[in-house]
Amino acid sequence: MNATKTFSLTLIFLPISQLLASTKDLDFFDRTLRFFSFNDYSVQVVVLGVIFMGIGCGLMGGLVVTRRLSLFSDTLSHAVLPGIVIGFILGGFKSSFVVIIGAMVAGFLGVTLISSITKYTKIRLDSALGLVLSGFYAMGVCFLTRIQKLEFGNQSGIDRYIFGQIAGISSTDLYTIVISGVLILAIIILFYKELLVTGFDSNFAHSIGLPVEFIQYIFWMLLAFTVITSLQIVGVILVSALLIIPAATASIITQNMKTLLLWSSLFAVVSGIIGAYLSFLGNSLPTGPIIVLCSCCIFIIILFLHWKNGLLLKWYRLRGKEKKIAVENTLKAVYQELEVQRFSKDLILISDLAKRRRVSVPEVCQEIIPLIEQELAFVKESSNPKLRGENKIALSPKGWSEACRIIRNHRLWELYLTNEVQYQADHVHDDAEKIEHILGDELVRKLEKILSNPTKDPHGKLIPSQQDIKRGYMHIQ
Amino acid sequence: MSDFFPIFDFIDIFWTPWSTPQDYIWNGKIVLMGFFVSASCGMIGSFIVVRRLALMGDAISHGILPGLVLAFIVSQSKALLPMFIGACAAGMLCNFCIEWLNKKTPIKLDSAMGLTFTSFFALGIILIAQFANNAHIDAECLLYGEIGYIPLEKHIFIGDFHLGPRPLVFMGVVLISITVLIILFYKQLMVTSFDLTLSVTLGLPVKIFHYGLMLCLAFTIVSSFESVGVILVIAMIIFPSITASFFVTRMPNILFSTIPLSAFYSIGGFCFARWFDCSIASAMVVVAMLCFFVAWLVGKENGILLNFTKPKTFSKIK
Repeated sequence: MNATKTFSLTLIFLPISQLLASTKDLDFFDRTLRFFSFNDYSVQVVVLGVIFMGIGCGLMGGLVVTRRLSLFSDTLSHAVLPGIVIGFILGGFKSSFVVIIGAMVAGFLGVTLISSITKYTKIRLDSALGLVLSGFYAMGVCFLTRIQKLEFGNQSGIDRYIFGQIAGISSTDLYTIVISGVLILAIIILFYKELLVTGFDSNFAHSIGLPVEFIQYIFWMLLAFTVITSLQIVGVILVSALLIIPAATASIITQNMKTLLLWSSLFAVVSGIIGAYLSFLGNSLPTGPIIVLCSCCIFIIILFLHWKNGLLLKWYRLRGKEKKIAVENTLKAVYQELEVQRFSKDLILISDLAKRRRVSVPEVCQEIIPLIEQELAFVKESSNPKLRGENKIALSPKGWSEACRIIRNHRLWELYLTNEVQYQADHVHDDAEKIEHILGDELVRKLEKILSNPTKDPHGKLIPSQQDIKRGYMHIQ
Repeated sequence: MSDFFPIFDFIDIFWTPWSTPQDYIWNGKIVLMGFFVSASCGMIGSFIVVRRLALMGDAISHGILPGLVLAFIVSQSKALLPMFIGACAAGMLCNFCIEWLNKKTPIKLDSAMGLTFTSFFALGIILIAQFANNAHIDAECLLYGEIGYIPLEKHIFIGDFHLGPRPLVFMGVVLISITVLIILFYKQLMVTSFDLTLSVTLGLPVKIFHYGLMLCLAFTIVSSFESVGVILVIAMIIFPSITASFFVTRMPNILFSTIPLSAFYSIGGFCFARWFDCSIASAMVVVAMLCFFVAWLVGKENGILLNFTKPKTFSKIK
């Protein structure tokens, strides 16, 4: 299943990449072969880095999105910038370990600031996030522009933290990425229950004696760690995308947390590999944005085309229901028109029907067409195929029993609301208008039993009886 | 590391930039630009913050990038009108996507925002990398901008009268139009911001005001991005009104206090950048953050010092 998914996604992206490659005059197949044969050392580093980053980001992203902390992760990824710059200066522009420590400290300060602002002032969370995001990021830019102007300002290493450059990652960077991926996996497996309960019901977690605040801080530090190790690949601004988008995609597919985490890390890994591949094809393409766009494409595909929750399918089902309801409403109008004439005739004028439906004649003709197609009604005495206001229509036996059923549902429900639920008689129509299309046979039997087979609705109109429905035609009195 | 923090030379920082008429005019333009940007962002921001849309500014300012780049590619120039149209279109599209995802799909608002603007931003960067390589537009310039180059921009003349550099004049116009708009629609903005139900019952076009405000925001971002960068814009949307809210609570007072605060940010940021030798726009934000901390410490409402003995919130008493 997963393999076929990967394969089909590759198929989708191939034409795009081909386009990109052809514009760049690169040997497309040669490079593809080099990428997928997995022999190049640089390709190995990149692919392993992307896979472990995907696992880490996907897992943390699942937790972040379900806790509604998406923008929090965005803030965190901006807030680590001053720490990175300070780490660079302290570590003498070489050690990525010092950079990580610096970033962790900045992230910790940012998180503490956000939580103390929301705790001790009236400032709301969104403003607090914005304050910390822009303030810390500006501080980072301040330091960055400062060291650019200094003599030792060899800042070529820092720039890649802002937009990400996968080609630049060394084997030590790879080790940190792998370690962080494994660490996150291990912590989530070990403390799965605790993370789940503090995320979804912190009051309950508190009452069973869990150290909620402590777990929260551990979670934030883990998040900061994920962000920092992914920075070198996707950059400061886009790292939050890698947390949010795969997890949001997974949240469309499933409601189960474990499945969500699994899918989310899978999506992150897949988009990472595709992104790395595309970036490998066209030399000038920055890796981070490509990976983000890939995961965005996957999101859009899943959002629209997923077999169960996809929007297109939902829209299609909704269209079917809407059509059914429209047909039933027209049938009801025909019945009511017949009822007004005390069932003296079996034909009614289309213009009368239009008046009852409160629409124009051409519109009501549009409504009648599906009725005729489904053989619920037919037009009398007309050689002209186009319907007009002076044409008359009649219900077929099938249409008659259908109309009786709807009206019966409607009036039974109205009666139920007035007699059993004590609604006022003038308040029941709107409710019944909705429920008449949904009531099933079983529920109708129950209603009949409760109301002991009534014959009149609260407005004094006759309820069509079961015999009326079964008889299948109108009896003219 | 030792020379990371330069020596604090009082004369050089506070006097030299203003000593000769040339310096005075040159640096005055920079400070004035900073003031225009902060004041117009601050006034719109006051409404944005009470509507809890603070991060919408962040989202829109990142989301306009592909619009800007496409406009640049199509028109092959940095002319204001195509840039403005492109950015507004992208900003509105971004806004629309966020709301659509939030309302029509199971995606929550925060994820919808994060998802949309990062994707837009990524698209913008790729467009730059692919098509606008040798252009004068790059993502870093968009992010932090360089307010220090303002006096070098093309100057505008009306007849013989020398008005000033183009971005400065334009920003001044933006500030004036925003002030006028806020004065004209003050009542409506207040009621739609604070009591949505009431404004719907009054028959106000709530949607139009929402999108109008978003359009004003996009407008301000576009007219200032080139010289000051989006980070300053995001900061200036939030910082002035939040800082003011530690001292005053009524909306008109908050709006008025954005003016002196903006002036202080602008001058303070200029001096800070002069001392620290860094980007002026980000120095302004750092000054704004320091102001926020000071306000939090000494503020009348919810300040740490004055409310030290008081219970923190009402809910805690219960």
